[in-house]
Amino acid sequence: MTALPSVAFPDAFDVARVRRDFPILDQAIHGRPLVYLDNAATAQKPRAVLEAMDHYYRESNANVHRGVHTLSERATALYEGGRDRARAFLNARTREEIIFVRGTTEAINLVAQSYARPRLKPGDEILITHLEHHSNTVPWQMVCEQTGARLKVVPITPDGALDLEAFERLLGPRTRIFAVAHVSNALGTVNPIAELTARARAAGAMVLIDGAQGVPHCAVDVQALDCDFYAFSAHKLYGPTGIGVLYGRREVLEAMPPWQGGGDMIRTVRFEGSTWNDLPYKFEAGTPAIAEAVGLGAALDYVDRIGLDAIARHEAALLSYALERLREIDGLRFIGSAPQRASVVSFVIEGVHPHDLGTILDHAGVAIRAGHHCAMPVMDFYGVPATARASLACYNTTADIDALVAALQGARDLFGGRG
Amino acid sequence: MDLRDLYQDIIVDHNRNPRNFRAIAGAVRLAEGYNPLCGDKLVVYAQVVDGRVEDVSFVGSGCAISTASASLMTEAVKGKTVAEAEALFTDMHELLTGKSDADPERLGKLAALAGVKDYPARVKCATLSWHTLNAALHGEQTPVRTE
Repeated sequence: MTALPSVAFPDAFDVARVRRDFPILDQAIHGRPLVYLDNAATAQKPRAVLEAMDHYYRESNANVHRGVHTLSERATALYEGGRDRARAFLNARTREEIIFVRGTTEAINLVAQSYARPRLKPGDEILITHLEHHSNTVPWQMVCEQTGARLKVVPITPDGALDLEAFERLLGPRTRIFAVAHVSNALGTVNPIAELTARARAAGAMVLIDGAQGVPHCAVDVQALDCDFYAFSAHKLYGPTGIGVLYGRREVLEAMPPWQGGGDMIRTVRFEGSTWNDLPYKFEAGTPAIAEAVGLGAALDYVDRIGLDAIARHEAALLSYALERLREIDGLRFIGSAPQRASVVSFVIEGVHPHDLGTILDHAGVAIRAGHHCAMPVMDFYGVPATARASLACYNTTADIDALVAALQGARDLFGGRG
Repeated sequence: MDLRDLYQDIIVDHNRNPRNFRAIAGAVRLAEGYNPLCGDKLVVYAQVVDGRVEDVSFVGSGCAISTASASLMTEAVKGKTVAEAEALFTDMHELLTGKSDADPERLGKLAALAGVKDYPARVKCATLSWHTLNAALHGEQTPVRTE
């Protein structure tokens, strides 16, 4: 075997200590230590998040914004505390700009139905990119069906980066909305969102950024970005499932009608007609995910404590180690190799289908994703039905990568290569 | 669970060298099968003469389980009557979903797929070709989907 590549890891980052914060990592799968490399699907949760949610249910559970009793006041303070944490995390101007939703998917659907649907007319255009997750494609297709607007798609280059010249050509006076992923979930490509946002806004388009894969790897400042909407899910950022954030520019949110009706989103209800609550509650109908908001706040605190920059440096070093080691495997082809990328590696191995890889790796304790990653157009672009994807998080180590590589070699041995 | 129970030599062999992996020109019956979750996609062709499957084949792409299952299926049903092929479809479905207590060995080479029942996420890979054959024999026009 060749000598292992040497990679400079940041000194201050103590990955062994980080790993101890994640109880789930300490287990065996099929008799082998768990190696969790499916973080782009969902990340594991640190003890701080688990305990915050547990404490909430044990000590403070009540409905929010309703009762005058002590528990309700406590629950409301905790829930709204999560919003304050999210505001600070995105550096939004005001807490009213932070809408709690179920996740990124719901955030995009909210904007599509509440912002786009009432405004768009036949002849208007919505611009997305070839890299988008289905959740940043299908809601816009639905709005196009409903309004007669047209969907335009920025193509990608063979390495999986956006074709910026084509973006300039496609961006026109009819472009009303530009919706783009911060980071591609299938390829890991980091899009130049600051530049794209500036260009699209200058052309008069509204800009929505799907940050589901962005926030776990890059610090986000919505004021500096000057985007109109930014959406993310807590569960990819070490928080719970079932909650996410839609940031919206205040004046834009003010002008949007409610999306769902129900309790909490109203000011007055008469059978003749009702009036709406103020932001952000206008968009939060029904009892919200209170414990999840508490968990989100705890996750953001956790990420702050470790430092997103330190996490990003650790992941970048691990990514270069992974790329070097994966090159040792005969017949392995990377899918996507954009110069700017987050710690996501998509690949195929000649003669071994990604789904067989998924099963074989699982037997070695290694969890990866195999499939189309909810990005079928990306699979079509590369002419593959599916890829295997390893995605890294703050708690992954070079030993995890070594286990991945050994398991992939094992898969090739089992299938005997392509004879 | 041993990985070799799933990926037996016969599965690996039929994946690398699938049998009857071709289209049948002018086939009277064919159907398309698609598993959108995995991207497994295949077309099954059947030439039926006087109620007997004279020839059967497939083309497409998929994982080792779906490819080997399709390949083994074509070997198993060639020469059988449509009624016998349908009975085999039922037997295989029960075997793959763990609903049958019968000795898998009576299914001959097809028994190699018995290990799939311990992998719930992979059952649909193994049943895709059988559902597609069934659709071809019944002249169904809509593509078969397992997911």
